Amino acid sequence: MDINEFRGLLTAVLLFSFVGLWIWAWSSRRKADFEASAALPLEEDQHMTNNGQENN
Amino acid sequence: MDTTASYNDKVVRQFAIMTVIWGIVGMLVGLIIAAQLMWPALNFDLPYLTFSRLRPLHTNAVIFAFGGCALFGTSYYVVQRTCHVRLAFSKLAAFTFWGWQLIIVLAAITLPLGITQSKEYAELEWPIDLLIAVVWVAYAIVFFGTVYQRRIKHIYVANWFYGAFIITVAVLHIFNNLAIPVTLTKSYTIYTGVVDGMMQWWYGHNAVGFFLTAGFLGMMYYFVPKQAGRPVYSYRLSVVHFWSLIAVYMWAGPHHLHYTSLPDWAQTLGMVFSIILLAPSWGGMINGIMTLSGAWHKLRSDPIIKFMIVGLSFYGMSTFEGPMMSIKTVNALSHYTEWTIGHVHSGALGWVGMMTIGSIYCLLPRLYNKDSMYSTKLIDLHFWTATIGVVLYAVSMWVAGIGEGLMTRAVNADGTLTYSFIEILASKFPYYGMRLLGGLVYFFGMLVMAYNVYKTVSKEKPVPVAVMEPA
Repeated sequence: MDINEFRGLLTAVLLFSFVGLWIWAWSSRRKADFEASAALPLEEDQHMTNNGQENN
Repeated sequence: MDTTASYNDKVVRQFAIMTVIWGIVGMLVGLIIAAQLMWPALNFDLPYLTFSRLRPLHTNAVIFAFGGCALFGTSYYVVQRTCHVRLAFSKLAAFTFWGWQLIIVLAAITLPLGITQSKEYAELEWPIDLLIAVVWVAYAIVFFGTVYQRRIKHIYVANWFYGAFIITVAVLHIFNNLAIPVTLTKSYTIYTGVVDGMMQWWYGHNAVGFFLTAGFLGMMYYFVPKQAGRPVYSYRLSVVHFWSLIAVYMWAGPHHLHYTSLPDWAQTLGMVFSIILLAPSWGGMINGIMTLSGAWHKLRSDPIIKFMIVGLSFYGMSTFEGPMMSIKTVNALSHYTEWTIGHVHSGALGWVGMMTIGSIYCLLPRLYNKDSMYSTKLIDLHFWTATIGVVLYAVSMWVAGIGEGLMTRAVNADGTLTYSFIEILASKFPYYGMRLLGGLVYFFGMLVMAYNVYKTVSKEKPVPVAVMEPA
């Protein structure tokens, strides 16, 4: 394979993986996982509140 | 050691306190060199105090000492909390702290002595570079070792950013500093000519992209939701943000070499990728700011949130300004003028500084089992001094820089230069004064922070925090 064909193919692969990333990230199957992950920075404060401790 | 007993917060506390101390030291050196530009006699004719030696001391201190300690400390905190596990390898983590402090002290000794590789942001000579590589590998082992031991399936997005920052900085540091040592204090880079230039700015721009951006985005993705009490605005956007940012940043370096002997196609490539970079940068900024949607009232009452949101706003401004300045025709005006200095400091003081300060204010009380900092009023005072300081700094350098660019390119009808160097320098003098004032105001805020931190942590005996069970 000619180096320029390789470069063209690589560009195409990267472009499609970028579109694929959007589709993957926006698919409804990710929703529950993402919500659980997004809550991670907050859980410690909630945990402390549930134990009756003060949090700012 | 039982990885689920308690978090290793000792190393986090050490890095958090040193962040404040090195911030003050680094910014003080910045003030001295800003004053030297107005009154050159302030170097007292001592070689150790010349601008040429203190300037790299300033940049190394604020980027690697202040910013570095903030990144080490917050990443160690975030990775433990979001992985529900104690930091891996406690002794190695302690080594990264003491090793990093030793590197900073060595930098503070060698740079004023004039021992330098003469590569911007990579001035430190080869023995120190080797030490940096060792400490950095230890950092990677501690961080990724903790991620590996995590007790929940998902790796939180902040850890992805911190992880990319750690890996990329290792690669950048090692390859840009490949050199042949001649003596203990002198080495020659293995790269020559334009390849040396390209390596240097591949390193230099990705130091901005991964040290000063990806690392601090990790900080943003944890501490903004935490302080706002709301999950990040869009988690799926954060995933796209991560991959697009790290894929694009790597190619933007050549914009530092417009109109040089670097091949034209490489310059254009750097420009194009720099412009594309606007999209992921603004995606991230919007994701951070919109995290506050539904809780905008906190901007009125919580100065820590104000630090974070204004920091993100400066991120948005400087990541708009950067792509614009990377366009060749704009760069022809802006490059080698004070405009660049203004751009860098709206990113450094505005984005990196304010996000760090906000995160430290959020973090410190938690590390000392307190509900809040000693004084919220003093945080508010710090917020206003920081904001006014950045604005004075950036505006004065924009005006000085654009004036400088226009005067430098002005030609008479016969083709001779309209302005001499000294006339251009004289035109900048009042703006140097305004910049010094802005720096002083920002520095004063750091002293207020130091007092507030001292009052918060002195007399406090921290108690270990038990590792939380996964939900």
